[in-house]
Amino acid sequence: MAEVLVLVDHVDGEVKKVTTELLTAARALGEPSAVVVGAPGTAGKAKETLASFGAAKVYAAESDDAASYHVAPKVEVLAALAEKTSPAAVLVAATPEGKEVSARLALRTGSGLLVDAVGVESDGTVEQSIFGGGFTVKSKSTKGAPVISVRPGSVDAEQAQGAAAEESVDVPAVDAAKAAKVTGVEPVVGGDRPELTEASVVVSGGRGVGSAEQFSVIEGLADAMGAAVGASRAAVDSGYYPAQFQVGQTGKTVSPQLYIALGISGAIQHRAGMQTSKTIVAVNKDPEAPIFEIADYGIVGDLFQVAPQLQEEVAKRKG
Amino acid sequence: MTNIVVLVKQVPDTYSERKLAETDHTLDRESADAVLDEINERAVEEALKIKEAGEGEVTVLCVGPDRATDAIRKALSMGADKAIHVSDEALHGSDILATAKVIAAAIGKVEGVDLVIAGNESSDGGAGAVPALLAELLGMPQLTYAHHVSVEGSAIKVDRETADEGITHLEANLPAVVSVTEKINEPRYPSFKGIMAAKKKPVETLTVADLGLDAGEVGLDNAWSTVSEAAPKPPRTAGEKVEDDGDGGTKIAEYLVGQKLI
Ligand SMILES: Cc1cc2nc3c(=O)[nH]c(=O)nc-3n(C[C@H](O)[C@H](O)[C@H](O)COP(=O)(O)OP(=O)(O)OC[C@H]3O[C@@H](n4cnc5c(N)ncnc54)[C@H](O)[C@@H]3O)c2cc1C
Ligand SMILES: Cc1cc2nc3c(=O)[nH]c(=O)nc-3n(C[C@H](O)[C@H](O)[C@H](O)COP(=O)(O)OP(=O)(O)OC[C@H]3O[C@@H](n4cnc5c(N)ncnc54)[C@H](O)[C@@H]3O)c2cc1C
Repeated sequence: MAEVLVLVDHVDGEVKKVTTELLTAARALGEPSAVVVGAPGTAGKAKETLASFGAAKVYAAESDDAASYHVAPKVEVLAALAEKTSPAAVLVAATPEGKEVSARLALRTGSGLLVDAVGVESDGTVEQSIFGGGFTVKSKSTKGAPVISVRPGSVDAEQAQGAAAEESVDVPAVDAAKAAKVTGVEPVVGGDRPELTEASVVVSGGRGVGSAEQFSVIEGLADAMGAAVGASRAAVDSGYYPAQFQVGQTGKTVSPQLYIALGISGAIQHRAGMQTSKTIVAVNKDPEAPIFEIADYGIVGDLFQVAPQLQEEVAKRKG
Repeated sequence: MTNIVVLVKQVPDTYSERKLAETDHTLDRESADAVLDEINERAVEEALKIKEAGEGEVTVLCVGPDRATDAIRKALSMGADKAIHVSDEALHGSDILATAKVIAAAIGKVEGVDLVIAGNESSDGGAGAVPALLAELLGMPQLTYAHHVSVEGSAIKVDRETADEGITHLEANLPAVVSVTEKINEPRYPSFKGIMAAKKKPVETLTVADLGLDAGEVGLDNAWSTVSEAAPKPPRTAGEKVEDDGDGGTKIAEYLVGQKLI
């Protein structure tokens, strides 16, 4: 069976969930080989998780340069491996960095670049959801093995035992004139709530929440429901909530079982990030708010009355 | 003097309904209003700020159909000095790799470029790939998803901020490729004077052949990837809407229980 290269998304060797999704998707195409690029010792930490999601091989590309230069080392390592192994496909997470790495790799290998896939078929055809979920398209590479970035949270990760045979590979030297040096990192602090793109329930607040302090109303309800917290761009721009929680065209795309929008008008760019949610509930004091056009259930009312009451009801039912 | 090229794209207005053409699955540019992509206004703003902090020249570069001149004029009216417009029927349906090659060739027409500034992701294709591809093609470092940029002499520092990675501090030497995020700045409105001045600013129009590229390297038929099927998703329909009578929270809870969601 042909190899499928999977670039491991990790923080200091701690494997991110999207990697387990990539390994699952890769199994439809061939035999997954996980590629770990990082500081020395990274692959060892990652190996167990990679094995339990079916990685047959683990390529360890470890060096100090690998961690201290941005994007370029990952491109170099994948390009060298693609040359050596002639993979059926290369899979990378459709995160900002993953999209950059995959693009540069496709240019190197002269293959089609398929961006932000939400599904991968066994012949390398992918499904993409574009214009904020307004269109579904199927695309494929016409030249070479496809380089595919896969949207986090779009594939259900399934465990499978893999041999995870480790093989170390060189990190080609980085030309300092052609790559940016990483002089510091401040990773996002996750907190105790589920990750936005992974949560089955998302509770979001908009400009109607009125202030950063009052976002505690949104957080209270979210915590009662075991939900992630989201925000509209107006709420982020007004400084009510940090940018990493923005939902919408220029924020994150979420597709949970349940999305609750509080004090959000439902502008087209917000809808682009949440309209593929299974069920949408909206609370807005304006009966004409466009969010009601896509809500399965809507309450015309004051969120400061409705949300605490809902929180209480949820808590009661949980007993 | 910092010689800056800003990449701007004309896109369908995100406020209007966006569609794909039924015949060849490319963007239906006629169905929606076309505007200068909001993220590119921020790219222009950042270029102007760098220019104003010292000395420099800002060239706007756009690859797109004839009507993209509107987007170019807007960037010029904000204060950019001149523009290059690559427009050619042969480009219709180009994929990302071909687009990047065309942009790289056009950048090559500008002498002594220090800085290329783009948006992080366009609002239509949204690939978030063109800036990285240009770094690869031009052999320059990429400092992308910038929410803060500082240029001192030949050194550039960028704070990269993304929702997944948090903040990464990046440093490199010019020439370099930068892409900006929507949180980087508030773009200025063109002044009346700026709008008048823009009409006289030079816009060079180039074809694929002018760039020394072969038409067989670009366009739909030569793309490295192809769309085989496209279907609009059925629009969502409105469900039940209830006026709050003091029991709105309870009502939602009952609805969620009915749907087995709690
Ligand atoms: C290129 C581009 C990209 C964009 N990307 C995004 C994006 O990624 N995400 C995004 O969200 N937006 C995005 N926007 C912005 C978008 O157009 C809207 O401006 C934004 O979504 C509005 O946020 P909002 O609904 O919170 O605010 P508003 O539109 O101001 O709505 C606030 C709502 O709260 C209601 N309200 C007020 N008080 C209460 C109360 N006490 N109880 C109940 N309801 C109340 C009001 O009736 C109103 O409907 C983008 C815009 C552009 C041009
Ligand atoms: C919905 C959709 C999905 C697509 N998916 C794919 C795919 O999977 N694979 C594929 O190969 N192609 C794809 N394409 C085609 C691709 O979007 C176009 O080739 C496009 O010209 C470049 O990609 P982008 O706009 O996504 O660029 P991005 O990388 O998102 O753009 C970032 C920045 O680069 C600059 N830039 C981009 N294009 C131009 C331009 N024409 N002129 C000047 N500056 C520019 C701008 O500063 C922009 O802000 C898709 C197109 C659409 C509409």
